[in-house]
Amino acid sequence: MNFVALKMLTGDRAKYLGLIFAIAFCTFLLENQTSIFAGILKRTGSQILDFTDAAIWVMDAKTEYFEQTKALKDTDLARVRGVDGVEWAVKLFKGTPVARTRAGKFAACILLGLDDATLTGAPRKMLLGSWQRLREPDSIVVDNAGYILLFPGEPLQLERELEMNDHKVRIVGISDASAPFLSNPVVHTRYSEAINFVGRERTQLSYVLVQPQPGVNAEEVCRRIEAQTSLRARTTDQFRWDCIRYYLKNTGIPVNFGITITIALIVGTVVAGQTFYLFTVENLKQFGALKAIGVTNWRLTGMVLLQAFTAGLMGFGLGTGMAAVFFEITLRNIPTRGLILMWQSVALTGGCILLVVIIASLLSIRRVVVLEPAAVFRG
Amino acid sequence: MNNGNSIAIACHDLHKHFGNGARVEALRGVNFEARLGELTFIVGPSGCGKTTLLSVITGLLDASAGEIELFGRNTSRLPTNQRILFRRENIGFVFQQFNLLPALTAAENAAVPLIAAGVKRTEAVDRAKSLLDRLGLEGRRDGLPATLSGGEQQRVAIARALVHEPRLVVCDEPTAALDHATGEAVMKLVAANAVHPDRAAVVVTHDARVFHYADVIAHMDDGRIVKTERNGHKESHL
Repeated sequence: MNFVALKMLTGDRAKYLGLIFAIAFCTFLLENQTSIFAGILKRTGSQILDFTDAAIWVMDAKTEYFEQTKALKDTDLARVRGVDGVEWAVKLFKGTPVARTRAGKFAACILLGLDDATLTGAPRKMLLGSWQRLREPDSIVVDNAGYILLFPGEPLQLERELEMNDHKVRIVGISDASAPFLSNPVVHTRYSEAINFVGRERTQLSYVLVQPQPGVNAEEVCRRIEAQTSLRARTTDQFRWDCIRYYLKNTGIPVNFGITITIALIVGTVVAGQTFYLFTVENLKQFGALKAIGVTNWRLTGMVLLQAFTAGLMGFGLGTGMAAVFFEITLRNIPTRGLILMWQSVALTGGCILLVVIIASLLSIRRVVVLEPAAVFRG
Repeated sequence: MNNGNSIAIACHDLHKHFGNGARVEALRGVNFEARLGELTFIVGPSGCGKTTLLSVITGLLDASAGEIELFGRNTSRLPTNQRILFRRENIGFVFQQFNLLPALTAAENAAVPLIAAGVKRTEAVDRAKSLLDRLGLEGRRDGLPATLSGGEQQRVAIARALVHEPRLVVCDEPTAALDHATGEAVMKLVAANAVHPDRAAVVVTHDARVFHYADVIAHMDDGRIVKTERNGHKESHL
């Protein structure tokens, strides 16, 4: 009877397409919103993840997320280096100076000052130029999106000049840095240069980047650093999650996305569920005829389930395809770069759609099972 | 082996009521018989209990009291699942409103009882097609119900009722939704195809214009069979 069930489902094209698109749009909305939500939160730790050279970040004990820095003492670097299990430790400066072009265009930048000797944390994904050229005086590497923001409509070009805190700097490389939470340009330079690109403060050391000795657990080294220096030490992954948790707790992002996702789920469930339920109700006469002919309740239940799961699968597939196309398009845009359709979102949405299908099926099955076959004689 | 006088349906003191409080007595002690090889009409005014009797006989409704024997088997005592299987194997239905599945072609609609019984789809449809040919629907086998006339739809319904070669064919007001000429043609088909030495056919109708097709006419009124008569005006349609 499977073919009968599928023909019943697809026979009325308008109803069938209505059902499929209800599920597809619910799928699209859920996958879209959850992926963007996760992508934006992931951005809060982009610059942390881009540092692939070191495993541990050491910071002021009260630091909660990447953007929030309080300068450490220069002696803290030496104290961290003295902790058992530390292979090496280097300094990192983070500031937000304003960069200005000759044309007058300006933007606040995320300035990362790397250890002069090792250039630990230099951008590894370069589109133009070389990060090794950061050793040259007054040199910076700016990310692609930042370049486009500062020089809109102009081709990528090295040796262009910017002004930072009355200092003339040269672009020696263009990187493909991960998108930050805000659309600020991400600028890499040497530590000794960076402290001149921002206003002078008594201390400038933002972070100490640490690599544990081979075979020594990073979390254990973090514990030792905290015990011996009273500073905060976090592994890259821990620090990234600190940032995500901070934004979840202190911004309206989760509320906004939560409302959208909840509405998508409720509207999707109601629309898709009701559409399928009404589809079954409108076909009750046909189910009654099948019952009278001698099709068992079990078989009819199987038919309803087949119809529901087929519609669910088709709608889910179509919706996921639409979401994939959406992200494929937005991936090419600078402001939305890095936002991708996450497999976790697809899986979560699949679970939600399955729930919708099960609820709609149960309601529909109930109507079919209690249907009095003698009703077919009533015309 | 059955002969023309073998009893196909025997109802003894059949009662059916609906509701608990102010209950409606639809059947009030019906005694009814239908024989193999005969076309039996149940006739009477609207609301007299004809369709309820048909529903109870075919097991679509449970009797409140009384016994039903179909081909010597007491079906009123069968468990629900066995009753469904019995119905699937032994009874073919023709409904007043045809009740064809709109998404299936004529041949697929006619094949449904075979498919429900587990026959492979292609074989079932082939058998249904040859039956449709016999019923004069050669060129309409692949048409959807919406593209068929009322008479053609009822012919498809007759094919669906006969395709699995049931021992009992029941028709509920088969001509009610049709004009007189089409109704005559449909009854002719029922008489010619549903009646068979090993099969009984029961038609519920209040359309007096087709009474002449009956072998036996059972008159019903107020939930009872009030008169059963052999039809002296029966015309041969075979």
